[in-house]
This record gives sequence, structure tokens and C-alpha cells, in this order.
Amino acid sequence: MMKNQVEMGKNRTGIALSPIDSQLLIQGAEEAPPTTAGDDTAIDEARTAYAADGAPIGTMPPPATIKGIAGGLVDAAKGKNANVFLDKLGERLAFERTGTRLYGALLSKFDASDPLPAGPTRAELEQIKAEEAEHFEMLREVMVSMGGDPTALTPSADVAAVNSMGLLQVLGDPRMNMKQSLEAILVAELVDNDSWGTLIELARTEANDSVVRRFEQALAEEQVHLTNVRRWVRPATVQRDRSASPR
Amino acid sequence: MGLDIMKERGTALDKQHFTWKELVQVPYSKLDDDAFTRVRVILMNGIEAESLRFKHMCARFNPHLQIPLAQIRRAEQHQQTMVNWLNPPDQSPLETTIGFEQVAIELTAFLAQNEPDPYLKQVMDFGLLEDFDHMYRYAALMDRVEGRDANTLLQCYTDILPGRPTSVEHRAPEDDLRMNYEKDTASPISKLNAVILVAAETQTHDYYMTIGPMFADPTARQLYAEIASIEEQHVTQYESLCDPKETWLEKWMMLELMEVYTYFSCAQQESNPRIKKIWERFVDYELGHLHVAMDLFRRHEKRDPAEVLPKSLPEPIDFSSQRKYVRQTLAEQVDFRANGRQIVTLEEDSQLSIAYRKRMNREGSPSERVAAGYQWRPGTELAPKANGNGHTARQVSP
Repeated sequence: MMKNQVEMGKNRTGIALSPIDSQLLIQGAEEAPPTTAGDDTAIDEARTAYAADGAPIGTMPPPATIKGIAGGLVDAAKGKNANVFLDKLGERLAFERTGTRLYGALLSKFDASDPLPAGPTRAELEQIKAEEAEHFEMLREVMVSMGGDPTALTPSADVAAVNSMGLLQVLGDPRMNMKQSLEAILVAELVDNDSWGTLIELARTEANDSVVRRFEQALAEEQVHLTNVRRWVRPATVQRDRSASPR
Repeated sequence: MGLDIMKERGTALDKQHFTWKELVQVPYSKLDDDAFTRVRVILMNGIEAESLRFKHMCARFNPHLQIPLAQIRRAEQHQQTMVNWLNPPDQSPLETTIGFEQVAIELTAFLAQNEPDPYLKQVMDFGLLEDFDHMYRYAALMDRVEGRDANTLLQCYTDILPGRPTSVEHRAPEDDLRMNYEKDTASPISKLNAVILVAAETQTHDYYMTIGPMFADPTARQLYAEIASIEEQHVTQYESLCDPKETWLEKWMMLELMEVYTYFSCAQQESNPRIKKIWERFVDYELGHLHVAMDLFRRHEKRDPAEVLPKSLPEPIDFSSQRKYVRQTLAEQVDFRANGRQIVTLEEDSQLSIAYRKRMNREGSPSERVAAGYQWRPGTELAPKANGNGHTARQVSP
């Protein structure tokens, strides 16, 4: 059974366990001068120089259908933010799709884990997973109605996926327990809540009212997700697990 | 030694089976396991990779050996998988890199001390001080780009300070080749040492070439490009130590013996009981492979394997901190250079190599940039003092 408490063991990463070797290591490093004068700013300068080249990670795809753009966007001709909107729409679409998978991974840990003091229950996790999948489907429909290609990876979706790399590593690693995995989910939900707010703001100028209403509904559900995840995470850390208490 | 390689036949090749689940076991703990468990896992992955690489080349030139080579490769590819998949997913490519350099330092230092041929020992010392410097540069990268301390992986066994500066390790190809041992007179341990180092350096090169482009930071990308280039030089160096006059089957037998030797060394010292069992199992597998190669040697070369193989295994590799030897070598040889096939003093450096490195470094040196003013401190350079330390730089010769 997966345990949620961290136990004392033989963690070897610090210097305290190696009093003799660590002194040799520190002394050796102190006595060996660097081969070049300077500091860490040389690395910053290299970043700046490369960044100044201005090469982007990629671009938005051309519209999938002209009809879609004309019908979906409020004012495609004037809509300077149309590209931004479709980019962020693509980001949320990809995020909700990955979010569905994150909750799938969390459910498999739930089945192997000791229960946490304040939840979740399996049904609660299943509901969130289902809602993430619904949000993905809704976003896909909106993307199509806007004349966008829901199968394309937009630049913002790509950046968000890079952001989420660590979350997938945590959720995928069977050695990282339910509590640790919920902390990763909390990161995802915090970002998701903020990002829905931004998307709704864009939709108010770039899409019609029904799209805005659907997005507001999704945000309301995401707010419940965040509240729930917070409700589970904090007690799991600060409350003593009954199974760990002395009898 | 407790292993009579002529009598012990190990596990027969047709009994060497795996399942997918068996190949993918619980990895070692990055936090709790001893650093030398990681060292052994990385080393043995490299050994198996070399074994596969050799056997593919051998098959291309020896149609009559293709079937047994393919059969052994199947087992060894799965052995490599089981070993390499012991690396945990919370260990980033840069963290694993620190492990690779710890392998290069501690292993090379041990092999050099155990090397009876003074010329071969000199070559190993030469390579040692270069890998030693790579550790320092990667530790600086980890500290300054990721805000992390390389010593959490090294566990105080290995120093983090400059060696022969990476920026002067770049040489003309003509200065990377060395003289080979003579197959009829060289000690078996010399042959084993050379092929172990070929394996370790080749996998290091291949690993850096695979993960280098995964980094986002431009200095990280450049540093991997620069150090991968040195690792290729090291492969050239160590490969050239092996006698090209050895027959394919002679080389094959020595390779299998080397695998028995390295797995045996791992099994002797492994502190993780679960992983120790894997090393023990693979000692038996490699004995099985060795005897297949010996039988083929008898059949095709009409010779006794004892003409080539030693009666017993050499002393096992000592997986422990070689700090004292490394420091002594550093103090005595850091300024050495290579000229043709000889290791020489700074004054005798090769003009070809000087010209080559000037050309490569003319737009700046990633390894110098990443470690400008860098001195490792516990908990990263952000921990005890503010940035910049005002130390006088040691002059780097071009």
C-alpha cells in the first residue's frame, strides 16, 4: 500500500552525513581558484545574445476554414486579438486534455494509496476527470466553430506543455505518493483557474456570448476543483495521519 | 579470486530469459542509495552498450558468427535494459550527467592505479584530469542555471574543482591517437582496462549527444556540445590503446571476460541488496556468453582460449572515492598535453592542437563562461555569500 507520510531513513544527499569527506571537498574547492575570472552573469549574457536573434518556437496555423472565422469571430476583420484568442484557446484545449490524463494517473494512485484525512474520494476524482474531458470537448467544438484546427499545437499550448512536464513526471512516477501527486495537481489547478480567467476576457471581444457563457461555466467548475484540491492537500500535510500515530 | 572462469560456465544462453516486467524494476533511490550504486548502474549500461556495438560490427565482418552473435545480443540488450532502467525518473539528464562524470573520475582513477603498463597508466591519468574538469563545469552549470547542488549526487566522494581546463582539451585528431598494447605481451588487466574505458567514454559521448539538445539554456547547449566533442576524443584515445592485430574472436572473448569482471566487481560491493542480485545474475549470464565465445574460438581458430584469457579474474574494481590519487595526479600532471601519440609537458604542446583549439574557441568558450569565477560551495554558490567572489583566476594557456 502506498504510504503518504515521509519517514526518516538514510537520505545521503547532504554533507552532514560525511563529516570527513565533506571537509576535504570544501577545503579542496576553496583552495582551487577558477580558471577564468567573472561570475554567473556570463550565462545571462549568452541567453540575451541568443534571445536577441528573435527566433520563435513557432507560429499559429493558418485558418482551417474561412467560413469558420466569419461565423465565429465577432469581428474578424478588426479582431487584432483573433490570433491571440485562438492561440490561448489551443492552450486551454491541450491543457484540459492533459488534465484528463493527469486525473487518470491520480486515480490509479488513489487505488494503491492509504486514504488521506480530508479526501478525496474516488467519486470526487472521477467527477473532476470527467469535467476536464468535457472542457476539452467543449473547447474543441469552439475551436472548430471559430475556424481553427483543434488538432494543431499552438505556440501557447506548446509552452504550457513544457510547463507541465514536471507534473506528468510526478503523476507518472509510482514512487511519488498520493499527497505528493495532489500537490502537483494543485499547481495544475492554480494555473488552470488563472488561465480560464484570461481566456474569458479575450472571448468577450473575440467570440460571441454563448462561447463566453460556456467558458464561464467551465471556470466555475474549475474553481470547485481548486477548492477541493486545496481542501485535500493541506490537511494531508499538516494533520497527522491516523495510520502514523502511535497506539 | 573466487571465480574460476574456465570451469564456471554460468547460465546457459538458452536459459537466459526475461519478461517485460522483469526488465522494468523499481529504480534505485536518488536520495537514499549510495552514489556508487548509481556509478555501477551507469557503468554497466555503458558496458552492455559497448558489447552490443562490438557484436554488431563483428557480425558485419563475420557471416559465420552472425547467429551466435545475434543470440547473445538479444540477452545483452535485455540486460542493458534492466540495468539502465534502474535510473530513476526523478533524476534529470543533468543529474545523470553528474553521475556519468563521477563514473569517469572514480573508475579511471582506480583503473590507472591498477594498470601495470606505465604508458597506458599515463594515458589514463591524462584522460582522468579532463573528465575531472568536466565535473566542475557541469556542477557550475547545475548551480547557476538550475540552482542545484551537484554534491547531492556525488555525496562528498568526488571533488568539484578545476582539472585540465576543458577549453584546452580540444586537440587535433592526430594528437588523440595513442600507441596500442601488444596483444601477445600485454597483461590481461591492461586489455580489460582499455576496453572498459572505451565502453565508458563511448556511452558518455552518446549520452551527451542525445540529451544535449534537450536543454533550453544556450550555455547548457553549448557546454554539452563542447564536452561531447572531448568525449569523442577520449573514445579515439582509448580505442587506439587496443591492439588492432587481435582477431575478432580474441576481442570478443576479452569483451565477455570484461563483462564477467565488471559485473563481478559490482556484485562484490553493491550495497542495495535488490540490485546486488541483478549483478550476481548477470555474472552468470556473462559466464555463459564467455563460454560460447570460447567454444567458437576453439572451433574457428583451432586454439586454446587459455592462450588469450587469464586463469583467474583480476582484483575487482574498487568502487570508492579515489580523491587522494586524483589530487596527486592533478598536482603533478594538470599542465600535460598530447603531441602525436605521446603525453608531453606544456612546453611541448602540439602546434596542430594549439591552432585547432584557437579556432574552436575563437567565439568564446562555453566551459570557461559557465564557470567564470566559480568555486563550489555546499548548497550552491547562492548559499553562504552573494554572487561573485573576486578570486584571482588561474591563467589558462591557449
